[in-house]
Amino acid sequence: MEHLSLVDWSRAQFALTALYHWIFVPLTLGLTFIVAIMETIYVKTGDEWWKKTTKFWMTLLAINFAIGLATGIIMEFEFGTNWSNYSWIVGDIFGAPLAIEGIMAFFMESTFFAVMFFGWDKVSKRFHLISTWLVAIGSNLSALWILVANGWMQHPVGMHFNPDTARNEMTNFWDLLFNPNAYTKFLHTISSGYVLASLFVISVSAWYLLKGREIKFARRSIMVAASFGLIVSLFNLTTGDDAARQNALNQPVKLAAMEGLYNGKNGAELVAFGILNPKKSVDNNQKEFLFKLPIPYGLSVLSYHKVNAFVPGLKELVYGDKAHNIMSAKEKIQKGKIAVAALKEYKEAKAKGDKEKAKEALAKFEANSKYLGYGYLKKPTDIVPPVATTFYAFHTMVGLGFWFIILFIISLYYVMINELHSKKWLLRLAVLSLPLGYIAQEAGWITAEVGRQPWAIQDMLPVGMATSNIQSSSVMLTFWLFAIIFTALLIAEVKIMTTQIKIGPKEA
Amino acid sequence: MFEKLSYLQLQEYWWFLVGLLGALFVFMTFVQGGQTLLHRLARNEAQRDVIINVLGRKWELSFTTLVMFGGALFAAFPLFYAVSFGGAYYVWMAILFCFIIQAVAYEYRKKPNNLFGERVYEGFLFINGSLGIILIGIALGTLFTGGNFVVNSMHLSHWTKSTYGLEAVLNFFNVAFGFMLFFIARILAAEFFIKTVDNKEIVERSRIVLKYEGAIFLILFLYVAYAILTMNGYNYDPVSKVVNLEHFKFLHNFLAMPIVAGVFVFGALLFLAGIAIDLFVKKENGIFYSGVGVVLVVLSLFLILGYNHTAFYPSLANMQSSLSIENSSGSRYTLIAMSYVSLMVPFVLAYIAFVWKAMTSKKISIAEVENNPHHY
Repeated sequence: MEHLSLVDWSRAQFALTALYHWIFVPLTLGLTFIVAIMETIYVKTGDEWWKKTTKFWMTLLAINFAIGLATGIIMEFEFGTNWSNYSWIVGDIFGAPLAIEGIMAFFMESTFFAVMFFGWDKVSKRFHLISTWLVAIGSNLSALWILVANGWMQHPVGMHFNPDTARNEMTNFWDLLFNPNAYTKFLHTISSGYVLASLFVISVSAWYLLKGREIKFARRSIMVAASFGLIVSLFNLTTGDDAARQNALNQPVKLAAMEGLYNGKNGAELVAFGILNPKKSVDNNQKEFLFKLPIPYGLSVLSYHKVNAFVPGLKELVYGDKAHNIMSAKEKIQKGKIAVAALKEYKEAKAKGDKEKAKEALAKFEANSKYLGYGYLKKPTDIVPPVATTFYAFHTMVGLGFWFIILFIISLYYVMINELHSKKWLLRLAVLSLPLGYIAQEAGWITAEVGRQPWAIQDMLPVGMATSNIQSSSVMLTFWLFAIIFTALLIAEVKIMTTQIKIGPKEA
Repeated sequence: MFEKLSYLQLQEYWWFLVGLLGALFVFMTFVQGGQTLLHRLARNEAQRDVIINVLGRKWELSFTTLVMFGGALFAAFPLFYAVSFGGAYYVWMAILFCFIIQAVAYEYRKKPNNLFGERVYEGFLFINGSLGIILIGIALGTLFTGGNFVVNSMHLSHWTKSTYGLEAVLNFFNVAFGFMLFFIARILAAEFFIKTVDNKEIVERSRIVLKYEGAIFLILFLYVAYAILTMNGYNYDPVSKVVNLEHFKFLHNFLAMPIVAGVFVFGALLFLAGIAIDLFVKKENGIFYSGVGVVLVVLSLFLILGYNHTAFYPSLANMQSSLSIENSSGSRYTLIAMSYVSLMVPFVLAYIAFVWKAMTSKKISIAEVENNPHHY
């Protein structure tokens, strides 16, 4: 029980840090590009008005950037402090992208950030513009490497388990870098950041229009942001489609949870909207939904691009399905336990110098090593993530994503025909959509991470094996300290940000 | 190219890079040192603002260097990352809290409606510069004095004391090491202000700091150097993989690696020369000498910690659990792959140096800070 609670507190602390961190990062990812575009217009046209506009959005960017750094540093070190077994078992692979992120991205961001804010009168216009673009590129490069790392957690490739060191070791760096899961995640994540930043600019500008102030500034900002937002939203949609296919191929349990699919079928439907039956579980025959709006064949098409493709449900994935060549979780757990025992025997035989026994144990281990992680699970249903959380998070993200596309199209239309300022209903909707953007962002990560449970590394390392060996009370203490400090800083950030917005671009 | 290196050479190469990053971080702690000198050097709001803004243009670089130091350790020596961070939990968490509050303090301090008020954010900067740096020093001190951890045959570790690293503050050497870093940070900050701030009063007060704190630093440095040269260390036998106690291990390491000993002495002299130049010659370039000096000293300390088959993280709970660069590193493949990535480091250092020069070629005055709408 104590062990369980250590895992729970460790997960809670990491989730807390990640969720807070992700409040700030997507805005940085997108806003850096938007200010770079605005500054480019300034440099091209020489129009001082664009410089003022660029500086205003930069001020808001800086407020957001600072707290993003504060929460970001914690995440890197938490792999060591709270997931020390993880750091050893997969650190040989996982540490590399984090280090590369530092060398390639962090230094670029931090060096040119100073030029971007303090270099207006110290360096040439051109050098300043290059610096602004380098901050944008640096922050997006940072996202690339961290998502290479996360993509690997979802779909581990390019490594083997070394029984002598009792860890996974990298065997192919390029497999890690070109992991299809990694770049799909990267493109989906950064484009979602651009969507949020566009939404931010539109919402703030819409608020000015509602107040009848900064009309020119707001119209031009909306023009840039809605155009940018529409393009990146459509791109985000296609990358989302890729991400779903990656799930079908590599994380079928997650996909089944995302869709609340318990019984697999050919020509599976996609649930556009639904309310899950709270009494439903893998081991009962209750109906899956209290209500649903299905799109026939949608899930088969989304997953495999075939109308009649078979999509396995949670029952097939837990209990196995010979017809579709799906091994049961029970069998995987059995093989995993053999691997765990064989690894122990191998280490003991080696320590005693018994070569014959070591060879025998090694052969047994290697025959079952693919399922090593399963050896630490207790029962087959342990492989099922929290279905309701995954399902609702996924559907919230997708639903809101479609709403943002509609919002960008309408905003762009009215701003182009110069009638946006008179459409109060649309301006109010635009302002109200900003929190929805943040909800969509968080929902996306909840889908990705909760849907992967119980694994820290998909099918390889369960979270229970990945924690540090410390007292749960220690993690509980730091959890609450983080919760207090992050909440206080978030309140400060929101107060500062809203005050700066009220002051407006005149002071920028 | 790197494929031709032996596994040990790759481990040594990565330990050198980790040491270099650690050394560059210690140099960059002039930012933290400056934060603790805020009220000592400034007598009014305008002076406080100029100090914060001079430091504010560099704080992200110091923050990044710390993150990079952690990232390099994770990638190259994952067992150390797992053992130390997962074991000395409270110490590292305390350090992290000190850095969270720094990250927002610069940006939020002068902004209207900032919830806590200007003084609280200045307090955050003081805590980061004092407690944060002293704790980092204490954590680095444990590389010499050891930690209470055990590593099992599966390379999974646990800490044997429920104080999870806080017990390190009871070790006099660790604390002296922490305070030495604190005074190094303040000395470098004073030299940095002399070089970059266009305000006579701040510069004069910085010279006073150099005078008194230079003396305190010297006492602490001599003690730390004496303690290192006379302390016992652990030797790692690469053949038997057994760890043995060795009297005067670090002295032996200096003797076995005379170039490293030379770098250490030369670095220490350069550091002191930097103080002397600013104090007695009344020039403003002390920061260059002291900066290079501190990088050389810290780098040479890392080298005697990790090279010559030394356990750079001794275990006080079980000697055989002690970590050396040979038993705690990433795989040969990963070290090679990462070594290719490290070829970017000179390029990164070059653009940092270029931007640094472009941004600090002219001294920063109160007027400049007040005229910049985006000042901290």
